[in-house]
Amino acid sequence: MTAAVTVAAPRTTPIENPLFEYLVRLGDDRLVLGHRVSEWCGHGPILEEDIALSNIALDLVGHSASLLKLAGEVEGKGRDEDALAYFRDGTAYRNALLVELPNGDFGFTIVRQFLFDAYSVLLWDALAQCKHETLAAIAAKCLKEDKYHLRHSSSWVERLGDGTAESHTRVQTSLDELFRYTGELFEHDAVDDAVAVSHGIVVDHDAIQSRWHAMVSDVVSRATLTLPSNVAMRRGGRTGRHTEALGHMLAEMQIVARSHPGATW
Amino acid sequence: MVNTVTSQSPPAQQPLTSRDDVMTVLTTVMDPEVPVISVVDLGIIRDASVSRDGAQVRVRVVVTPTYSGCPAMREIEADIRSALLAAGATDVAVDTVYAPAWTTDWIGPEAREKLRAYGIAPPGRAEQGGLITLTRRRDPVACPFCGSSDTRLQSEFGSTACKAIHVCNSCRQPFDEFKAF
Repeated sequence: MTAAVTVAAPRTTPIENPLFEYLVRLGDDRLVLGHRVSEWCGHGPILEEDIALSNIALDLVGHSASLLKLAGEVEGKGRDEDALAYFRDGTAYRNALLVELPNGDFGFTIVRQFLFDAYSVLLWDALAQCKHETLAAIAAKCLKEDKYHLRHSSSWVERLGDGTAESHTRVQTSLDELFRYTGELFEHDAVDDAVAVSHGIVVDHDAIQSRWHAMVSDVVSRATLTLPSNVAMRRGGRTGRHTEALGHMLAEMQIVARSHPGATW
Repeated sequence: MVNTVTSQSPPAQQPLTSRDDVMTVLTTVMDPEVPVISVVDLGIIRDASVSRDGAQVRVRVVVTPTYSGCPAMREIEADIRSALLAAGATDVAVDTVYAPAWTTDWIGPEAREKLRAYGIAPPGRAEQGGLITLTRRRDPVACPFCGSSDTRLQSEFGSTACKAIHVCNSCRQPFDEFKAF
């Protein structure tokens, strides 16, 4: 798989509303991943897994709805969570590249879920302590649910890695492919600095990354897999520079809302 | 459901005047997925109030979601609204709060017994502290049908967000557990 990252001019204008930007990043990660995981509905390898993935997808979309609703309120331009989800183009999406990659096989989906869940649990744990009251409440709520997701995805990584030669090879290949997209999750930029100052939303990304690395290494070694090292990390999603996969996904996700604006059912 | 409320048709119940009156009405609003327990039993009603102004009876209910992705939450809000309008409210506001986050520890002993009688194993105590438990270390869930604790977890994700699937090795019956959360 190749990820064609379009190179755009570096940002020159100051960030208009850092809190909005910050919340949209959080919300978009979960919306895009939730949509990707929902693509498994009806295609899971076994019934229980089909149900599990659909449950996880619902939780993630639910998390994004809370975050994007808050983002819309913070923005104050009358956009609600649906407007933000359905009426923004790909270049306005701020999700990390990891979550937009096509699902691949079940092993690829599970490894991605595991890498993301481990990050997400640590992030929520930090954000639950932040000074922004609503965000802290959302974080505490999401943390409880993501713990279930992490337990599920990590147990699958272990089972597939330490399973048959076929499953081992597949998840190792997935891990090798996906690892280059994990660096972006822990990047820290001007948006993070701004919300730390303005709203007391302080996250130590380096500390989270080292805890994440320890947690991931532990599961990976129990799964008899090998963590890639010296990987050149891919980035771009946080500033709207996405792979071509996102546009295709959004086309499918947004078509009904855009064809029938204001429709209810 | 028809919700025609006019000043000529006084509600059958007591007029809504206090928080308790509202809570009494809400005990008749059942969880759409688990119809033996009410939204009050479920612990999602965080607050309620009534303000009367002439013929206007304004009710405010504060709810907290069970699971973020639970599609039943929207149904529950609609059911709360319908029940209160039928009980004489002229205006119902249902607000959502996230903190403190909902926990199954708020489900009382009577409601737990109703769950068991309905064939759903009630939740154990929710996990405290401990950031990550990658393996599920807890006692087997007792079968709601035969009471045996010789059961096994089939999947942590069941027919709804709040349930896990188990199988009883004694009576061979698969069953849902309202998972501790």
